[in-house]
Amino acid sequence: MAVVEVRISLPYKGKDPTEIAEKIKEKFPDEVVDVTNFRDQVSVIVKKGRIVDICRYLHDDPLLLFDHLQDLCGVDYHAKKDPRFEVVYNLYSIRHHHKIRIRAQVPENDPNIRTVTAIWVGANWHERECFDMFGIVFKGHPDLRRILLPEDWEGHPLRKDYPLKGPEPEKDWHGFIEVLNRSKELKEYEWEE
Amino acid sequence: MEQVEKIFETRELNVNMGPQHPATHGVLRLVLDMDGEIIAKVTPYIGYLHRGIEKLGESLSFFQALPLTDRMDYVSAMSNNIGYVVAVEKLFDIEAPERAKFIRTIVGEMSRISNHLLWLATHALDIGAMTVFLYCFREREWILELFEMICGARLTVTYPRIGGVRNDVPQEFLDSLYQFTDEFPSRILEYETLIDKNRIWLKRTIGIGVISAEEAVNWGLTGPTLRGSGVPYDVRKHAPYDAYDKVDFEVPIGTEGDTYDRYRCRMLEMRQSNKIIRQCIEKLPPGPVMADAPKFTLQPKDKMFPITHPTKAHAFYIKEKACKGCGMCLRACPAKAIFGEKKKPHTIKQELCLGCATCFATCKFKALTIVPGGKGLSDEKLAELAEAPLPEEFTKAQEHLVKHFEFVRRGPKVPEGEIYVATEVPKGELGFYFVSDGTGKPYRMRVRAPSFVHAGVLPRLSVGHLVADVIAVIGTIDIVLGECDR
Repeated sequence: MAVVEVRISLPYKGKDPTEIAEKIKEKFPDEVVDVTNFRDQVSVIVKKGRIVDICRYLHDDPLLLFDHLQDLCGVDYHAKKDPRFEVVYNLYSIRHHHKIRIRAQVPENDPNIRTVTAIWVGANWHERECFDMFGIVFKGHPDLRRILLPEDWEGHPLRKDYPLKGPEPEKDWHGFIEVLNRSKELKEYEWEE
Repeated sequence: MEQVEKIFETRELNVNMGPQHPATHGVLRLVLDMDGEIIAKVTPYIGYLHRGIEKLGESLSFFQALPLTDRMDYVSAMSNNIGYVVAVEKLFDIEAPERAKFIRTIVGEMSRISNHLLWLATHALDIGAMTVFLYCFREREWILELFEMICGARLTVTYPRIGGVRNDVPQEFLDSLYQFTDEFPSRILEYETLIDKNRIWLKRTIGIGVISAEEAVNWGLTGPTLRGSGVPYDVRKHAPYDAYDKVDFEVPIGTEGDTYDRYRCRMLEMRQSNKIIRQCIEKLPPGPVMADAPKFTLQPKDKMFPITHPTKAHAFYIKEKACKGCGMCLRACPAKAIFGEKKKPHTIKQELCLGCATCFATCKFKALTIVPGGKGLSDEKLAELAEAPLPEEFTKAQEHLVKHFEFVRRGPKVPEGEIYVATEVPKGELGFYFVSDGTGKPYRMRVRAPSFVHAGVLPRLSVGHLVADVIAVIGTIDIVLGECDR
């Protein structure tokens, strides 16, 4: 129960992200599709096949040591790019102060990718949310259920072809229709103030 | 004996906690599988407050999405705003002026203090210390009043803007805040006298919800929840934004990773925030508070003042002859004060009109006109006055207003690319991931909410403890469900 205050010196810059991208390219030459650089943030676009191996390598390699999974999310490039979905991993190394972004391509028909929960436990809920919002199935996930929406919801809202206003009134989620009907019923009563 | 065992067989008990439960800090629902009073399994259910902020953000321009971020973590809305604008500024590649950066650091730290005060108040209340609650709210009120002084709102502030802040801070604000920083350390001591060595408090917090450093990192914990386990990870130090690289502060870390250490971390963090605010006020440089980048930032509203100034009693009137009945103003009116059928001249109901000038900016046929000083006059009188040509300052202001309207609606022209920027909000690391496709709206807006990640670790922290400890664990990870569900 001792709490100490530490003075963290302003961080030294970690490895240059392009260097890390080169390393990944060297290690997995067949997997890397492209490397992009925007505002000094480097993304490595990879095929989904060996995503667990790539993540395992990034996590375990003592020189890289990406121990902190900042974020995992899906992106839908509907009618913009060919493999329609991408799963984006934002990684950071607390020890070495460097970061990299991995983007794994997932095709439209039968969208699935292997889970990384064995590497970062924290990916669990992120993957569930990604499944909920995009319908991307994470193979090997310990508990793949919807997380933010009701379990019997239809459709995946963050897909670009899902209407912004939600489903049509008559096709709405049954729980919501029940609430509406109930409020209609209660309107008939007059409440004393 | 066998018979007795059969009668008194033991079985697991299922208890449903929430979503309406005062100790769950919002609408969190937990299903507890219990073996006696020991927790065997916890299944959290979230999503009761899901409003689809990510989907909404994709349909709005970068300027319009800013108020949505207040509604995520409503306890520390200011920090959420700052997280958003810092990320968008990085995407636009613009830089806020020095003074704005310092002001943002000040209000960000104020927000941290107010958040930690609310956290301490409710956490102590959950565990059974009532007095702390009242003490904490006394100081929190002070901060909220200061927020009100600079932007008129207490909770949903929307004070930072892309490229700076909404307006400069008044001198009274700085004076009052400086006085606050003088008095606050002694107030923290007051809270600590109440609970720091309190036997009940120690029993309820020491050794509860222990998580080791490696495990905490692996779970993706951030903020004080992570630092309680001894990992010195603070985005303010690791990737400094705003003025954090110009102030001197330390990062408290714990050793044991239990509820008590996390509590101590937050108490020390409040002192550091206090220190940061003091330094910022002392170093506050003069200068503008908005970046000079007209392509990416909203222009000052003074140019539109002849029209939009709320104290000037203008009336808006639709000229019957010029109106084509396109319905633009009708749809845009926030007060629904405009009536009319398609392709027929519309009319404004003067008693409903708010004078916001939104319709004035939308009209393409110059049918909508403004009658200076015409508030409260009858329609006939207005029709007569509306024929007079507008003064020059009004026509100029109208041009600015129309430009402004289009700019806010369409958004700036953003380069194509993607960006992930993290900031340290009171609860942990708040990340914004933007994918831009070259229009003024984000193609994908992703919010990495610390509360979401922290809620996920609940089962890990509470298994093996008593039911009463679950309450302590919910308190110690400091979640707000508005941010968790988005």
